[in-house]
Amino acid sequence: MGLYALILWPLLGFAINGLLGSKLPKTVVGMIGTAAVLIPFVSAVSMWGAVQEGALVSRAFTFLQVGDLHIEFKLLLDRLSLVMALVITGIGTLIHLYSMAYMAEDAGFYKFFAYLNLFVFNMLILVLGANFMMLFFGWEGVGLCSYLLIGFWYHNPEFGYAARKAFVMNRIGDLGLLLGLFLVIQHFGSLDYQVVFSEVAKVSHPQWVYTSIAVLLFIGAMGKSAQIPLYTWLPDAMAGPTPVSALIHAATMVTAGVYLVVRSEALYALAPVARDLILYIGLATSLMAAFIGLKQNDIKKVLAYSTVSQLGLMFIALGCGAYSAAMFHLVTHAFFKALLFLGSGSVIHGMHHEQDIRRMGGLRKAMPLTYWTFLIGTLAISGFPFLSGFFSKDEILLHTFQHSPVVYALAVFSAGLTGIYMFRMFFLTFHGTYRNSHYPFEKVHESPALMTIPLAILAVLSVLGGLLNLPHYLTHNMAEGLAHWLAPLFVFGDASVHVEASTEWALLGVAVSVFAIAFFWMRHKYISQGAVAEEDADMPASGSVLAHKFYVDELYDSLFARPLQRLGEWMYRVLDRKGFVQGTDALGAITLWKARVAARLQSGNIELYLIIMVLAAALMLGLEMFA
Amino acid sequence: MNTVFQQVDISHYIYLSTVLFCIGLFGVLFRRNAIVLLMCIELMLNSVNLLLTAFSTYMGDSSGQLFVFFIMVVAAAEAAVGLAILVMIYRNTRSTTVNFLSNLKG
Amino acid sequence: MSSLPIPFLVLSFLTILCALYVVSSKNPVHSVLALIVAFFSISAHYVLLNAQFLAIVNLMVYAGAIMVLFLFVLMLLNLGKAAEPIKSNAWAISAAISAGSILLILTAAFQRSGEQVYRNPSDSVGLVKNLGKVLFGEYLIPFELSGALFIGAMVGAVLLGKRDSGDHESAALAEEKGENA
Repeated sequence: MGLYALILWPLLGFAINGLLGSKLPKTVVGMIGTAAVLIPFVSAVSMWGAVQEGALVSRAFTFLQVGDLHIEFKLLLDRLSLVMALVITGIGTLIHLYSMAYMAEDAGFYKFFAYLNLFVFNMLILVLGANFMMLFFGWEGVGLCSYLLIGFWYHNPEFGYAARKAFVMNRIGDLGLLLGLFLVIQHFGSLDYQVVFSEVAKVSHPQWVYTSIAVLLFIGAMGKSAQIPLYTWLPDAMAGPTPVSALIHAATMVTAGVYLVVRSEALYALAPVARDLILYIGLATSLMAAFIGLKQNDIKKVLAYSTVSQLGLMFIALGCGAYSAAMFHLVTHAFFKALLFLGSGSVIHGMHHEQDIRRMGGLRKAMPLTYWTFLIGTLAISGFPFLSGFFSKDEILLHTFQHSPVVYALAVFSAGLTGIYMFRMFFLTFHGTYRNSHYPFEKVHESPALMTIPLAILAVLSVLGGLLNLPHYLTHNMAEGLAHWLAPLFVFGDASVHVEASTEWALLGVAVSVFAIAFFWMRHKYISQGAVAEEDADMPASGSVLAHKFYVDELYDSLFARPLQRLGEWMYRVLDRKGFVQGTDALGAITLWKARVAARLQSGNIELYLIIMVLAAALMLGLEMFA
Repeated sequence: MNTVFQQVDISHYIYLSTVLFCIGLFGVLFRRNAIVLLMCIELMLNSVNLLLTAFSTYMGDSSGQLFVFFIMVVAAAEAAVGLAILVMIYRNTRSTTVNFLSNLKG
Repeated sequence: MSSLPIPFLVLSFLTILCALYVVSSKNPVHSVLALIVAFFSISAHYVLLNAQFLAIVNLMVYAGAIMVLFLFVLMLLNLGKAAEPIKSNAWAISAAISAGSILLILTAAFQRSGEQVYRNPSDSVGLVKNLGKVLFGEYLIPFELSGALFIGAMVGAVLLGKRDSGDHESAALAEEKGENA
């Protein structure tokens, strides 16, 4: 029962806010919504000890029973899902608190909280499910909530398109996931994690089975975690309210793909081809998104591309078999990316819905709290030494170095790009001179305490997040806490780092110097020289390509969308108009004609009716008698 | 035992009623005057009444005769309403022939 | 057939004859009169069957009330010799065929049913006393309900027969308005 408390509270919150929210005062709605996430957080913390002893399982009812396939509605809380659940509910609580202030003016306040609670419910199902079916259930549920929340301001048709785009892109990935699950059922006869992975551990199937399942599951992860080629929805998803971007599109939902791969570690261990695919896709995504991020001028778009890039980094780690490193980065990324998104939300709030960093500048003085917390987030993500991002990113880089120096070089390059676009955005936003003529600087204000307190908490977490998994060169007792914590879960084991100490220090030096180069270059460019991002018109060709996101959207548009549309138009013209419309018209005409013929029988002549009636009666009697 | 019905077989009553019924039926089909139609219907009802009474007597069961009684009740009601409708029709069409009434034409 | 008693034969003959006249007479008044005779003869049949109560009721209800109603309507509408459009021979033939086929089938059905033994022929069931006991015992509720049926029929007939007063009132109202305008 204990486990159900975790998922039922958000569901209850959703029910109350969804059904009665319009009649309750906003404070009450917000409190209910926040409490519905805080209570699971507290109970998840309280289960820490119990989980250490072994996984908690509770079974509710049979979900599906088809032939031999028996799928149960079962929850499983082990070390991995506990980490995920803590991130979801912990950061979720802070974001709910923040939303109470951020969304205070919004007419759909109660709806927003209902959706958020529904999201948390589905996300918890996703991570706590004890089988792939539950995971799929949550997977689809968070997809739905993501759709609802991206399109939350549905009066703007652009936002509606963005929501639909996210939904469709995710659907493509979901198809891969679903096919993967079918293969799992076919070959392992069950969807239950324990059964499947113990079957996998026997290595009794041909190689292609593991590879194809692993690749198909990864396609699902591609959609949810915004990897090439299915990443374009995530930047557009920034149409949703900023807390949504923080919770769903940075901290939790988009990491579901990482969770899926970590969970299926046994499968991926047996599928090196799939791991290589993950590695290269992650690398490509990370680089491409980082490049695009260089020239984005929407504060949330920069963060979105940064999220895609960081997710790519996590997949690089997964591709190297470094599951705990990926999880570590997932957790720290959840901290600082949530912080950055909430900080950007605070800026947007203070600037009255201005999102373009070319119209900002010098906000340091107007919103000091936001400035300092945002600075911490930026430093953390760029890899400032001894902040959380430094440790987690460094561990991944270490693994890539061990895997292949080329990959390492590219990954370091991507990390350097991260520093560049983050500081570019940071300096343009908070330093320099104020550049918005439509909104006077005096009106820019610091956000209320409800918004800054979560920022402060997240800033502390971003600083201290590294403690979770300190590298062994710093300490011996507390080293690699997360890796040790997760280790019992892995069937085939986590990749471990074994390079010489001198190499390790050299790599650290590289990382720090990359950070330093990015920082000082940007500082020089935007503070010392006072440069400002170009307007769209006077952008050089290379920048224009980046600003247009490598024209990927246009490419997809001309490759898939437009041919389909043309096919649809052709179908409409030929099949619909000629085939169906004229065909049905002909059917109608035939029916009408037959009806006219039959109508002559109904002459209105009562005598004829009578005779027919009598004859019919005679016929019936005769049949009864003689047949 | 000299009562008439004990000398007559029930089959004769059956034939008599059937013939009367069919004459009435023929009238319904053949005539056009609505009043005559109603009369023919009364004739058919009476033929059924006769049959019921005959069965009732031959079986020694009084239910049949009570049914005849109820049929008469219904017939009286029907005649009253039917004739009222007829008067209405006549008022509207100045005629009681049924072939004017072709409003049911499809 | 020769063994049949004379009263039965005579009455049957009379009934059928009158029925045929009802159908064939061109004058509706004659039809009514023939039908009354037919009803009388049927009442006589009831007497032969020892159903005295029904015989009397038949006379009162049918020959008395209903046929008088018919006559009254005929006189009221002055349909005495109203020309009834004569149907063509094709109609007559098709009507005859329809009715004839019913006759044929009913007789054939009766023939096929074979001999039936009617037990317990009784000459006392048709007496008022016996019928009354059953009517006010077993059939009390249908009897009461038939009262309700009569009320319904009466109200319906009155409503149908009444001139639509609403029309006249509204017409008069419209006229008044027209004058005022």
